[in-house]
Amino acid sequence: MQYEAGSYDVIVVGAGHAGCEAGLAAARLGANTLMITINLDMVAFMPCNPSVGGPAKGIVVREIDALGGEMAKNIDKTYIQMRMLNTGKGPAVRALRAQADKFAYQNEMKKTLEEEPNLTLLQGMVEQLIVEDDIVKGVITKTGATYRSKTVVITTGTYLRGEIILGELKYSSGPNNQQPSIKLSEHLEELGFELVRFKTGTPPRVNSNTIDYSKTEIQPGDEVPRAFSYETTKYITDQLPCWLTYTNEQTHQIIDANLHRSPMFSGMIKGTGPRYCPSIEDKVVRFNDKPRHQIFLEPEGRNTKEVYVQGLSTSLPEDVQQQIIKSVPGLENAQMMRAGYAIEYDAIVPTQLWPTLETKVVKNLYTAGQINGTSGYEEAAGQGLMAGINAGLNALDREQLVLSRSDAYIGVLIDDLITKGTNEPYRLLTSRAEYRLLLRHDNADLRLTEMGHQIGLILDNRYQAFVVKKEAIEAEKQRLQSIILKPNEEVQALIRSIGGSELKDGIRASDLLKRPEMNYALLEKLTKSEHDLDEETKEQVEIQMKYEGYIEKSLQQVERLKKMENKKIPENIDYDAINGLATEAKQKLKKIKPLSLAQASRISGVNPADISILLVYLEQGRIAKVANE
Amino acid sequence: MEFDTIAAISTPMGEGAIAIVRLSGDEAIQIADKLFKGIAGKRLIDVASHTIHYGHLLDPKSGEVVEEVMVSVMKGPKTFTKEDVVEINCHGGIVSVNRVLQQVLKYGARLAEPGEFTKRAFLNGRIDLSQAEAVMDLIRAKTDRAMNVALGQMEGRLSKLIRKLRQEILEVLAHVEVNIDYPEYDDVEEMTHKMLIEKAHFVREEIQKLLQTSQQGKILREGLSTVIVGRPNVGKSSLLNSLVHENKAIVTDIPGTTRDVIEEYVNVRGVPLRLLDTAGIRETEDIVERIGVERSRQVLKEADLILLVLNYADALTVEDENLFEVVRGMDVIVIVNKTDLPQQIDMERVKELTKEHKLVTTSLLEDRGVDELEEAIASLFFAGSIETGDMTYVSNNRHIAVLNQSLHSIEEAIEGVEMGTPIDIVQIDLTRTWELLGEIIGDSVHESLIDQLFSQFCLGK
Repeated sequence: MQYEAGSYDVIVVGAGHAGCEAGLAAARLGANTLMITINLDMVAFMPCNPSVGGPAKGIVVREIDALGGEMAKNIDKTYIQMRMLNTGKGPAVRALRAQADKFAYQNEMKKTLEEEPNLTLLQGMVEQLIVEDDIVKGVITKTGATYRSKTVVITTGTYLRGEIILGELKYSSGPNNQQPSIKLSEHLEELGFELVRFKTGTPPRVNSNTIDYSKTEIQPGDEVPRAFSYETTKYITDQLPCWLTYTNEQTHQIIDANLHRSPMFSGMIKGTGPRYCPSIEDKVVRFNDKPRHQIFLEPEGRNTKEVYVQGLSTSLPEDVQQQIIKSVPGLENAQMMRAGYAIEYDAIVPTQLWPTLETKVVKNLYTAGQINGTSGYEEAAGQGLMAGINAGLNALDREQLVLSRSDAYIGVLIDDLITKGTNEPYRLLTSRAEYRLLLRHDNADLRLTEMGHQIGLILDNRYQAFVVKKEAIEAEKQRLQSIILKPNEEVQALIRSIGGSELKDGIRASDLLKRPEMNYALLEKLTKSEHDLDEETKEQVEIQMKYEGYIEKSLQQVERLKKMENKKIPENIDYDAINGLATEAKQKLKKIKPLSLAQASRISGVNPADISILLVYLEQGRIAKVANE
Repeated sequence: MEFDTIAAISTPMGEGAIAIVRLSGDEAIQIADKLFKGIAGKRLIDVASHTIHYGHLLDPKSGEVVEEVMVSVMKGPKTFTKEDVVEINCHGGIVSVNRVLQQVLKYGARLAEPGEFTKRAFLNGRIDLSQAEAVMDLIRAKTDRAMNVALGQMEGRLSKLIRKLRQEILEVLAHVEVNIDYPEYDDVEEMTHKMLIEKAHFVREEIQKLLQTSQQGKILREGLSTVIVGRPNVGKSSLLNSLVHENKAIVTDIPGTTRDVIEEYVNVRGVPLRLLDTAGIRETEDIVERIGVERSRQVLKEADLILLVLNYADALTVEDENLFEVVRGMDVIVIVNKTDLPQQIDMERVKELTKEHKLVTTSLLEDRGVDELEEAIASLFFAGSIETGDMTYVSNNRHIAVLNQSLHSIEEAIEGVEMGTPIDIVQIDLTRTWELLGEIIGDSVHESLIDQLFSQFCLGK
């Protein structure tokens, strides 16, 4: 029995990491938003590792924060350990990673959702979309409730036709034995979406009381207080450590002896798994010369004894998992509380999306997260934020927002997905970004706060603080550029003390800072700003001045590409009518429907000659139009 | 990329007393200015539009004078392309104009694709709409031809070498990436400046070698060294004269060689040939007889191409058979001349001896077969099947330009390491080098770095 259950601006299906950001963003933009999830106890659940951030991903969390998203604030309130990674390297690759109290994380996020004025949170299973003339108009749940809306965002994670595989066992299920979503997947196919089958996996959990930590190495958090959000001022000081141990010959023998029972090798698993997240059996087979693999023991929270065994992701049978665990030093007597498993699920081919994350198949319908073929909470949240922003802006008849590859890792992620597609669950890596030096952890606010404020997710008081910081950075840079340091004894002594070569003449403070052995803190001893600058400002001044040459080079590249970004391709262009385009290029262009010449040039199979021809054709159209007028 | 500054030689190769290198684009004037030394320190960025200036073209790095030039500066939009245009007038001849072109390419211009100046003119509304289709045809046709040459080279040693070099760089990149993306992964040691600089030096040397020995550079400097061999009276001089008279001969004295060895340059369908030791051929007719088999082996060894001439009107001799022995393993075109006379030669045996080489029959007297011969030379060259004495063969200006750019970026990487810049930042230049080298073989897919990462290291959660 169907019934009319209400009308909204935006409906978000799913309440995982993508769904939460989407729902909050739309609601905060002023759109009346409904979030529907299969199980309200699973809001912002972490089905895999209890951590947020890491290289590239941590920068995404910062970007989410700079645009007014929630993930950064939520983890800042609930971490059990925080570390800055890559501190010995350049500023472009530094990244924060937090170990989360996964239960606290969920509770905190649920509370935030519940308290959001424009947001309605609801338990239910969406089985169908209401689509009229290829435009989405709402959703229908299993119980027949019909909700109408202007736009819909689908963030179903690994629930779509999910199947758990554990040894010889295979059954229909969402993650962590949740109900899978089967009808919606079928419905998407009926609507004309092309789906692919992906696979991911998770390791077993063991009881902390049964671990002999004396046989492992401790991995503590940083002592310096750190946070993801630019707004966070309170830090959690009581941190929990992680522990490091290793597999050994015996572990590998157990795996070898049981490979015939592995669904990976028996052919039971058909979905494509990610290379960056192989199971332990995969690692042992592919790198059989390695005598050992790292295992990190990560607490899942403060009020639980469950410990996540990172490095042992597996779909081997339960009894084999038990044997494997007992072969690892420190885990000889460990009690396995949950077995690891692999999960297969449906994802849509992401080249069916526009850069706004709206689908090309159904208008006003957006998708975000694992359904788009990605992996990782941060990738999901980044997409969720953008899909929520655009679904909200669209519902409010406002212009939508697209981040470019030089704006943010989120821009890189979305452009990769929609332009190149992916044949495995997609994970962000720093090497995917061509402007890594511009997309840093430290400057996410400088890159994105302006946009966040413009769309209305960054409120005025935070924006004002940002403007003050930005001005302070510029003023201090100018000061250092104008100050000449004379080669007096004080200056020479300092330079000697850090092993630099002494000055022959006066030198600009900014040039002295560029020397490899120099840093801002040292320079401050010679010339101090009259203002009381905070650490973040000093860090910005140091990075921007020290790496000026390289940053400048990257900016020039961006500038050069901008002209191609600005050459727009009309949506209704008829590629068949363009003489001279290579056949492969035609096919790809028709499928991807790039919106700019630059995007077209990133499609594999479209070569520079095709771009040239396309450009001439576009220009011809423009001139013809002018002639007609 | 579209919209950048492009350059090309806009006068026919090897002809005329003056040659022109033309630049068009936003940076045309700046690039020319970097290389130009005018009278009394005149800067091209300061001069009025549509004016011409006398001066010298320098290599800014060494300060060495490359050419004496006249430079016209024309600011957009009143130019052919509506963009800023600079025309560098220099001495005619392949050597000088090419040196000028290489300088502008090294300092920021990109070699224009065929028809690209016309395309720009069109895009900027300078030329008529009806010409658009023609421009597109041009782009397609020329690139297809270029592609064919490129494909020929894909098989060649150049692509093999570049692939090897790229793989070396890729492994370094993957190593650095794994340090960044998996900081806790303990199986691989941290890449150090010392390790990086060793690799970077190696890469630089390899690129330098490629550049030094690049066939195009060598050919443009020296021509494809070609030796005509054969018994007396088979028609070697006629062949020489025929090649010289049919085509435009470029007679030059090459710096560093002795004056008395005058060499003939001919341009056969775009392939510059340097006919080696032609004086010798003219005087004594028989190089083999004159210097003996052993010496001739030596002379022949330096040649890139051998034209072996036989007499159709005479039976094969031991000398002929010896010649085949001498040139074994080299690039040879066998010419059976004097088909205007009654046949005495055993063509079956000739074919047997010729094996996989090209065989052409001619009557130089009646001017028959010369076309086929020229075609054979051109196709040998453009198919990339000529093995030169050098290690490899880079066939066109675009490749040289890209190699120069990659040399530039690897040098920047080295400079960065020496300055103590963090490795992940130096990597920007290293990655650029890798991408540029990929452009030569048409392979710049970023995904392969990620493939390398996961095949080289055992990563995961």
